[in-house]
Amino acid sequence: MADSLPALDKDGYLLSLGDWSGEVAAILARNEGITLTAQHWEIIELIQAFYKDFELAPANRALVRYIQQTLGGEKGKSIYLMQLFPPNPALIAAKIAGLPRPANCF
Amino acid sequence: MSTLHTVNKSPFQDNSLASCLQLCSVGDSVLLIEDGAYGASQSSPCAKELISLLNEGTRIYVLENDVRARGLQLLLDGIELTDYQGFVQLSSTHRCIQSWY
Amino acid sequence: MSRILCVSRHAPYQTSHANDALDAVLAAGAFDQDIGLLLIDEGVWQLVTQQDAPYVGKKDLSKKLCALALYGIENIFVHEPSLQGRLLTRDSLCLDNVQLLTNKETRQLFDQYEQILSF
Repeated sequence: MADSLPALDKDGYLLSLGDWSGEVAAILARNEGITLTAQHWEIIELIQAFYKDFELAPANRALVRYIQQTLGGEKGKSIYLMQLFPPNPALIAAKIAGLPRPANCF
Repeated sequence: MSTLHTVNKSPFQDNSLASCLQLCSVGDSVLLIEDGAYGASQSSPCAKELISLLNEGTRIYVLENDVRARGLQLLLDGIELTDYQGFVQLSSTHRCIQSWY
Repeated sequence: MSRILCVSRHAPYQTSHANDALDAVLAAGAFDQDIGLLLIDEGVWQLVTQQDAPYVGKKDLSKKLCALALYGIENIFVHEPSLQGRLLTRDSLCLDNVQLLTNKETRQLFDQYEQILSF
């Protein structure tokens, strides 16, 4: 199937958040072996809100804390995010959400 | 526990040296490099503060290459000339370096 | 684990020093290092509220400063004489969890850390 994606950087992140859409997110997710569910969308919206608040794509630690503050401790856990966005939630969620690659994540 | 403070800006145009001297603790040393060497001259805007630190026993150094390159003749009494080797030695005998630039 | 003090002395937009300092602090925070940030001299301008950096084609540095808490960085120090010299007060600042330090307290701060990163 010829899914067409907007311009990406060398790591596969969107060059411009303006190119992002729900469909683009679904394709990017599929490329990571992820089928998006409501739980994924909840985190995608939050990581985009983080980026809007701080003009920064979060590292894992910051993402976990931000989710703790907004959704509470059940979801604000590394293990919960790891299940949704393996193997590295900060990197994979940022990619699917159309953000730049977070610094300080390997 | 001591800090080596390096300053590379002339005090005639920048407050780096003034800030540095204000926050220099007993046991710290100050090394003037590059345009910071102008701060060692007798006409230095920070002459008063430098003299008072020297009197308290703080060591103040200036890199000789920078002094000679700039043709600085009249330096404040008590300021010591050092070379690149001395710079390395100072770096290793202090716990940390704070660069004022 | 070594304790690191990042000393940030430059205003936000003309040079990259302020942004570089903040990136270093965030990196240390992401890797769980014990890092403190000291804003002094022109560095205190970074904390002013109501910055609108897109006017000069930059990202707002004050927004990035607000992310420090989420990176676990709680030790943010401001040299009070630098604030006073610029007629700034605690109310002028975009962060409220900063500790204002006198000259004497700032001298003591330098002695409490094992490493210094100068920006």
